[in-house]
Amino acid sequence: MGIEVVVDGLTKSFGSHKVWSDVSLTLPAGEVSVMLGPSGTGKTVFLKSLVGLVRPDRGRVVVDGIDTVSCSERQLYQARKLFGVMFQDGALFGSLNLYDNIAFPLREHTKLTEAEIRRVVLEKMDMVGLAGEGHKYPGEISGGMRKRAGLARALVLDPQIILCDEPDSGLDPVRTAYLSQLLIDLNAKIDATMLIVTHDIQIARTVPDNIGMLFRGNLVMFGPREVLLTSDHPVITQFVNGRRIGPIGMSEEKDDATLALERIEAGQPVGLPALVPQLVPSAGMPERQAVHRRTERVMGLLHTLPETAQHAITAAMTHHAHHRRGGQ
Amino acid sequence: MADVAGTGALRQTGKLFALAASVIRLTFKRPFQTRELIEQFWFIASVTILPSMLVSIPFGAVITLQVGSLTKQLGAESFTGAASVLAVVQQASPLIVALLIAGAGGSAICADIGARTIREEMQAMEVMSVSPIQRLIVPRVLAASGVAVLLNGLVSVVGVIGGYFFFVFLQHGTPGSFLASFSSLAQLPDLYISEIKALIFGFIAGVVAAHRGLNPRPGPKGVGEAVNQSVVITFLLLFFVNLVLTAIYLQIVPPKGA
Repeated sequence: MGIEVVVDGLTKSFGSHKVWSDVSLTLPAGEVSVMLGPSGTGKTVFLKSLVGLVRPDRGRVVVDGIDTVSCSERQLYQARKLFGVMFQDGALFGSLNLYDNIAFPLREHTKLTEAEIRRVVLEKMDMVGLAGEGHKYPGEISGGMRKRAGLARALVLDPQIILCDEPDSGLDPVRTAYLSQLLIDLNAKIDATMLIVTHDIQIARTVPDNIGMLFRGNLVMFGPREVLLTSDHPVITQFVNGRRIGPIGMSEEKDDATLALERIEAGQPVGLPALVPQLVPSAGMPERQAVHRRTERVMGLLHTLPETAQHAITAAMTHHAHHRRGGQ
Repeated sequence: MADVAGTGALRQTGKLFALAASVIRLTFKRPFQTRELIEQFWFIASVTILPSMLVSIPFGAVITLQVGSLTKQLGAESFTGAASVLAVVQQASPLIVALLIAGAGGSAICADIGARTIREEMQAMEVMSVSPIQRLIVPRVLAASGVAVLLNGLVSVVGVIGGYFFFVFLQHGTPGSFLASFSSLAQLPDLYISEIKALIFGFIAGVVAAHRGLNPRPGPKGVGEAVNQSVVITFLLLFFVNLVLTAIYLQIVPPKGA
């Protein structure tokens, strides 16, 4: 089972530019979470600060009892072994072919024989749909393949926590859908805690158990998927609908005059699209352990959530229970 | 947080020294990257051997011609060999080696590391709990230092041969007097300091190249700038360090015949 990641009061700035401040959230163990946000809101910086690649100014990130913000380098290297990180462009080693890239962590950290390494690598390559492509070099393959190879490399050491930086960028909607399914299947299989950083609304609507949103240097909200997907918060409705009308501007936030003008132009406010059911693992995959844990957790905090979210959650649970009975 | 002028330069200097210190520290940490070391050694040697020989022949010749015409006027022609050996072995050779290691090897190291940095390969390596300094930088710096020491011997020999050739064939000097005067001014510590200099220069070239490669400005242009900076910074440091080492050496080891 995955490990919980507790983020507390995290603040980061580059010089005088504040990226985000006072971000606090908990990635529940074994669940899939998505961090949404417009381009340039520091989503990637957030992901990197969890593994200590970026040192935040203040705050804590506690993983398995280790605070990756303030711990020693030795402890950080220990803590990182719990993580698998899939970078935006795969971040494969250009001088090695895909097979050697994926075998790299095994050769560095384990004493496995080449035969054992081969077995693990081929299994992971098969898992991400790269079987038979091991001899190719990162420069010779498409962006989507690089991402999947990066994911396979992140998986070889059986991480407890998987971080994905924009798994969808540069992929067509069909491939994005396949990748979404792959992530869910992966979660069912290894029960790792997952964080996906993205601005793809399709992933946000179908994949995660929990969603957060970064905007204007703050965490707008973080909670069960139903909360954000039924929210009437102006930033969220604008983002989820992909509209121009709202607080998010082309470069930064808009001023009040533009907003007032838009309100006149806009006419009727637009609601959110209907909540779609979350993806389930493909046939033949084990059930997601996280679902049960999440049900219990969310039921516990149900009374603290907004009313629309409560309805959505109960509806989803009845649907889920019904679905399971129907399946048996 | 307004920076005082010059803070940036100081910070970079500090980081450079910190990198040098971690390279030395991680050299002794297992597992040692033997394979990477051999590959880098071979690479640096292959790009520097020919150019450094081609540079050292005319260099030896120039020194001989210059010193030769001077000693001729003073009637001390028999000392040409001695002066040429001293100049080539003690000064010219380590500098030629270092300039070529920095220019040919260091720039390639910097470009390679820089390209990997902007492609996030270094960060990927770090999150896999592998230290890029131990895995990539240590073998490169050791290779640069090692090649420098070995190349220094080659350049000294080729430089002296070049000087001999021009002395004998162009200035019609006596071959015997050139060879016989070798030991009249030069002594064994000259060779030692020459090799020590080459070692230190090679180390500096490697560390500076790695440092610029690990901290490029974003984008391909940043890597280009980093390569340029690494060569310029290495050259500046080399001549300064050479001055200091020479001054110390002349204090410690008295010149022969003085």
